[in-house]
Amino acid sequence: MNDLLLETFREEVAEILSELENSLLELEENTADSAAVDRVFRSLHTIKGSSSMVGLDKISEFVHDIESVYDLVREGALVVTRELINLTLTAKDQLKTLVSSLISNEKIETKGLDAIGAQFSAMLPLSAAGPVRTAGAERGVGEKLTYRIRFRPSPDMFRKGLNPLFILRELKQLGDCLVIPQLDEIPPLETLQAEECYLHWDIVLTTDKDPDEIRDIFIFVEDSCLELTLDVIDDGGLLDTEFGYKKLGEILVERGDLNEEQLNTALRAKGKIGTKLVDSGLVTSGVIETALAEQRHVQDIRQVRKNTEIASSIRVRSDKLDALVNLIGELVTVQARLSQHSSSHVDSELLAISEEVERLTWDLRDQVLNIRMLPIGTTFTRYRRLVRDLCSELGKNVVLEAVGAETELDKTVIDRLSDPLVHLIRNSVDHGIEKPEQRQAAGKPAVGTVRLSALHTGANVTITISDDGCGLDRTLLLKRGRELGLISAEVDPSDRDLFNIIFTPGFSTTETVTSVSGRGVGMDIVKRSVEELRGSITVHSHPGCGTEFAIKLPLTLAIIDGLLVKIADESYVFPLSAVEECVELHRADSAANDRDLANVRGEIVPYIRLRDFFTMPDSEREIEQIVIAQIEGMRIGFVVDYVIGEHQTVIKSLGKFYHGIKGLSGATILGNGSVALILDLAQIADRAAVLENSSLR
Amino acid sequence: MAKKIMTVDDSATIRQMLKFTLSDAGFEVIEAIDGVDACAKLKENPVNMVITDLNMPKMDGIELIREVRKDPANRFVPIIMLTTESQEAKKQEGKSAGASGWIVKPFSPEQLLAVVKMVLVA
Repeated sequence: MNDLLLETFREEVAEILSELENSLLELEENTADSAAVDRVFRSLHTIKGSSSMVGLDKISEFVHDIESVYDLVREGALVVTRELINLTLTAKDQLKTLVSSLISNEKIETKGLDAIGAQFSAMLPLSAAGPVRTAGAERGVGEKLTYRIRFRPSPDMFRKGLNPLFILRELKQLGDCLVIPQLDEIPPLETLQAEECYLHWDIVLTTDKDPDEIRDIFIFVEDSCLELTLDVIDDGGLLDTEFGYKKLGEILVERGDLNEEQLNTALRAKGKIGTKLVDSGLVTSGVIETALAEQRHVQDIRQVRKNTEIASSIRVRSDKLDALVNLIGELVTVQARLSQHSSSHVDSELLAISEEVERLTWDLRDQVLNIRMLPIGTTFTRYRRLVRDLCSELGKNVVLEAVGAETELDKTVIDRLSDPLVHLIRNSVDHGIEKPEQRQAAGKPAVGTVRLSALHTGANVTITISDDGCGLDRTLLLKRGRELGLISAEVDPSDRDLFNIIFTPGFSTTETVTSVSGRGVGMDIVKRSVEELRGSITVHSHPGCGTEFAIKLPLTLAIIDGLLVKIADESYVFPLSAVEECVELHRADSAANDRDLANVRGEIVPYIRLRDFFTMPDSEREIEQIVIAQIEGMRIGFVVDYVIGEHQTVIKSLGKFYHGIKGLSGATILGNGSVALILDLAQIADRAAVLENSSLR
Repeated sequence: MAKKIMTVDDSATIRQMLKFTLSDAGFEVIEAIDGVDACAKLKENPVNMVITDLNMPKMDGIELIREVRKDPANRFVPIIMLTTESQEAKKQEGKSAGASGWIVKPFSPEQLLAVVKMVLVA
């Protein structure tokens, strides 16, 4: 900004401000002094004007609200109170310091203004508050209107120093714009006046701007125009069932280029309506061209909109989807039977049909399961509210950060996950995040953060709840663990083992029970709920840095890809997502060492003999198979008799009676009608480790 | 070549503000303090646009607009007048005298440039 201009402004404002102060003090002595109110108003008005002139919009907006308040006082809608005077004096002081320290309009410090400005605007009815706040409230953002504009400027336009091209160019910048010049009024060359404007224009414009903004472009020519019309012909709203747009004749009548009677007469004759109208001299060809262009334009934008509407969504009751998924499950089972049947019969045609059915079934399965996927973000809002309520209850300051709200998960999983997540978030806020003063003492920001994130990892979704609180207290956990006899006195457990005891039923470190948590029920229920969803939960923690719970869940509960194997003539299914590879185990190799370790390309992989695990007799086969799976970051082998191959596994639950059985997560029906059990590899590995430990002792 | 704009106003603050905004936007600015000064300077320097105040000593804005339009060379020059909200009658008078448009005071640099853009190719 020009220094001299700024200097002038600074002096002027200083003068007005001291006047303002005087008027305010007078007003304080006699609050009914209308002359003083007028003076206050005038001073404010002048400051507003000058500051907007020098580009200090912030000041101008700020003063605008104060001015509006005093305008209400002038009208008698507000009474002058001591508070109002005090507030205005504070505002005046703020302005004074601000303006006197003003160096350039880029660097103004407006923090002080905002708070005061808010108090003033609070006194105003909504419509009187600054123009910025009310703008654009009527229509949703991004909604587009289509206008039909006819612009026929006065012939002497050029002599006013105006050029229609500039106006057309401005319009073009507003959006999708179609300009059709009408040339029919151009006179023969000998009578043409070079300084007159003979053209007029028909414009079809699709834009998100208000009619007022478009009228603004015509502001200088508006009242001299021979004709200037602005009609909304498409409001971007819902479409009628009838697709398309008005007929040519209707458009012409609507535009006033033709009356109903003329149209009806023309319609009775044969041939194309446009040609007939031009031939009969009722309208010019330019007008027809415009109407056709408008028709095309609106049809195009409606087509685009219809396409996006089709791509949007419909609502379906979720039980209908459940029924559909069940049917798909049955279909997959039947298809497995068909495949089995066709492969055991030499009939190439049957085989071809079977393969076709198989492919379609898989596609169908994927599609249907996809329908059930919902973004997990739909539940995140609930947690935000939860955190807010907990904060006020516990006197803490916590923000919830949600990442990966768009991650999709099966609806059933989302529903059943809700309670465990609520519990974990409660724990984080109650136990994890410290009180603001403790946090500041520890050199952390007073506001704690709980982070909720969801992320796809292969066939799984990992949901983590982490906080930047105090972390798990190792000593306390160890003490309580020993008291409860969960950890023997001589053992110094690893972090992982120690932290896992928080999942033990009845375990709590809190001495006093709060209404929020600490009853010692909960974490075991969280773990159980997650495991019921065939997921797993792990905990990581660093003292002083925070705690993180990671829940790993399968994408869907209904149908999984499985690896079918045989052990002692029984069929079992491995979840394929966990399986990494299959290798052979030769009896000679396993006999060579008495530990159950296999050498896989130089890597030592521990394995579990499932025959041993299920207490079946040894197969005494020369070559067995090891299925190597990834379990909680470790590669573990499972020895089976045969590997049959991939299998579409429709999961059926085992029923209450079998609930306590470790190592099995469900069952499925095979193509031949027999039942195969689905293995829970993590549980088998855990159980095997426990067995081994006890045998070592 | 930079377009030339003549600004006519008796207030130094307004002139400075106009000059600052316009030259910042890449225009060449010729200043005049009233209508008489403007007419004299216009004879020497042809301009692409005139921005004039209405209330000025010696020769006011309305008269200036009439004078400018009399010169055949300036028949198509855009002329913007600076008005205030209360000057509706003056505005009409200015328009019939041949003004292209107007700006209501107070205005911001952005508003000024928006109006200039409407009547002049940058």
